Amino acid sequence: MVTCVVDLLEPEVGEATVRVLRAAGCEVTVSLGQTCCGQPAWNAGHAAEAAQVARTTLAALEAELADGAEVVVVPSGSCTSMVRVFWPELFDLVDDPDAVERARRVGARTVEVSEFLTDRDLPALTGPATRVAYHHSCHMLRELGLRAEPEGVVDRVDGAERVGWEGDDRCCGFGGLFSVKLPEVSVAMADEKLIALADAGPDVVVGCDASCLAQLRTRSESVGLPVRTRHLAQFLDDALP
Amino acid sequence: MEGTLRGRTAAAVADTELHGRVTAAVDRFVAKRTEGLAGLEDADGLRRAARAVKADVLARLPDLLEQFADRVLADGGHVCWAPTAADASRYVTDVAAAAGGRVVKSKSMAAEEIGLNDTLAAAGCEVVETDLGEWVIQLAGETPSHIIIPALHRDRHTIKDVLVAEAGADPAELEASPEAITRFARAALRPRFLDADVGVTGANFAVAETGSIVLVTNEGNGRLATSLPRVHVVVLGMERLVADWAQLDLMINLLARSASGQPLSSYTSITTGPRRPGEADGPDELHVVILDNGRSDLLAGEFHEMLGCIRCGACLNVCPVFRQTGGHAYGWVYSGPMGAVLTPLLAEGGGDLSDASTLCGACMDACPVQIPLQDLLLALRRDREKGVGGRAAWAAWATAWSSPRGYRTSTAAGRWGAGLSPLARRWSADRTPLQPVRRPFHTRWKAGDV
Repeated sequence: MVTCVVDLLEPEVGEATVRVLRAAGCEVTVSLGQTCCGQPAWNAGHAAEAAQVARTTLAALEAELADGAEVVVVPSGSCTSMVRVFWPELFDLVDDPDAVERARRVGARTVEVSEFLTDRDLPALTGPATRVAYHHSCHMLRELGLRAEPEGVVDRVDGAERVGWEGDDRCCGFGGLFSVKLPEVSVAMADEKLIALADAGPDVVVGCDASCLAQLRTRSESVGLPVRTRHLAQFLDDALP
Repeated sequence: MEGTLRGRTAAAVADTELHGRVTAAVDRFVAKRTEGLAGLEDADGLRRAARAVKADVLARLPDLLEQFADRVLADGGHVCWAPTAADASRYVTDVAAAAGGRVVKSKSMAAEEIGLNDTLAAAGCEVVETDLGEWVIQLAGETPSHIIIPALHRDRHTIKDVLVAEAGADPAELEASPEAITRFARAALRPRFLDADVGVTGANFAVAETGSIVLVTNEGNGRLATSLPRVHVVVLGMERLVADWAQLDLMINLLARSASGQPLSSYTSITTGPRRPGEADGPDELHVVILDNGRSDLLAGEFHEMLGCIRCGACLNVCPVFRQTGGHAYGWVYSGPMGAVLTPLLAEGGGDLSDASTLCGACMDACPVQIPLQDLLLALRRDREKGVGGRAAWAAWATAWSSPRGYRTSTAAGRWGAGLSPLARRWSADRTPLQPVRRPFHTRWKAGDV
């Protein structure tokens, strides 16, 4: 599942994800029937509209799974949470018990990238000596409970040195529409993270949600102290032979 | 509530001194909470048990309240059932005025909620807050900016300024240190305790089984306010009951540890009834005001779990939004995540407070009674009034994005449409622009480029 953010704003993350999955020995398919998981409307309190869009993506993923796909891999903790954790709640709320069941079945086969790669072999991953600051995005951490998985995957890259930094699991301030509803607060939240990053001095900030990385990156660029960000899939892709 | 949420939060964020004070305080409390919970063998197990206790209490609340009230009456106390804030304020004011009008107050968020101090002052009563932070903000004419640390927005220097300007402190003599300030406050407040006719407190918990009132303070002002004055008035939020002392034990354990990391606060004062014949101390008169003010309306509804809140402040301390804005930006007495949920449920206005959140979930992780704050915030977003423009925009989005072709067509332009441009401008005011790409992933995939 590409996710609308990756599709429309960061397609290189999608490309890197495909390459990494292939390097892990997978055959990758991408349904052109998917659009979005519906999270923007869900978070805005418009459940009916969210369900309308989610149904389309649900059907697209179902079709892939029926067609021989064994797992749905998502380059986003946030969208994985929507599918696995919130879709059943969403469809229940709009009184669609059939979709609740279908969502549970698809959700059971849907995993975030680092979750998927944790138990899979990859070719030797090597890179130059790189200080990596890992950013724990909120849904990934608190809805999916994934902390060790992405850290472990970063550690598999020879040359990567993860550095601790203050507030690494605090919200970056993106929060979807929050970033433009309360932009001053959103930017202040990013600033506090960027100050902590400056103290830690990493070469790159890695995360599993392109939106969080965009928030930190674009703010850092705006103040003239640009921070280099790489989605985990890109970080791995960079290290592939 | 003044101004807009965006206006208030933007102003708060622009105050860099405020940010330093807020983060210093909340980080300290978060560290202490972590330490405090580590002292428990199974903190998460206790939190689950506490959630169950609260569910039990709320399920039987009317019966427990009857039992509690009966015990208070049997002990010689008075009970006032107050459906509204005005009912509660009026009763307290009548009692206070009849008793002589000199009131000392222990910190009570419920009393703040009903605007009690204003009503007392209007009736000619002399009210002095006795919690140090509350006293300082009372002198400064301010409202609390945190439910546990009311003067969070001030540091020792600006606190000294208030004491100099409003309490007769000599600037040359009073050092801006916690010890000196506390000594000054103690000296200033003791005569007020001794002269007071009435002590007004809230209640952290009330035990139905014995009709007892539980006060949790670190300064002992709760103890003094209920021992020295002749009359004790309690403003009790009706949901703050526990059935018995076993339930109290569990909740007390979690309250102090979640709030400040202490196993118990310095003064955990539990009083039952007024002074009985033969007892050495205690007030002559005890009045318990059982405050509804919208709480009973919540009991049967989708937000009933919010009534489980024990006002520990843990959610405020971990909230990434609160640490940037402090409490005043929320516009009412309750702030942070719990305030964002409770305010629209109890008060007029505040309907947009659910927007003061990125739904990061840190609050839910911190709540000692496992209130699903994130879910409640989302439910508030669903339930609130939606403007015609907003509804139309989301309907159009859903129509377009529920078909792959509609999705691809609506995003083909490689730029934000007219509707989204204002939002894009808000982004790029302080961040470099985020632009849709000319060749989305799906185009590349379809072309076989991936």
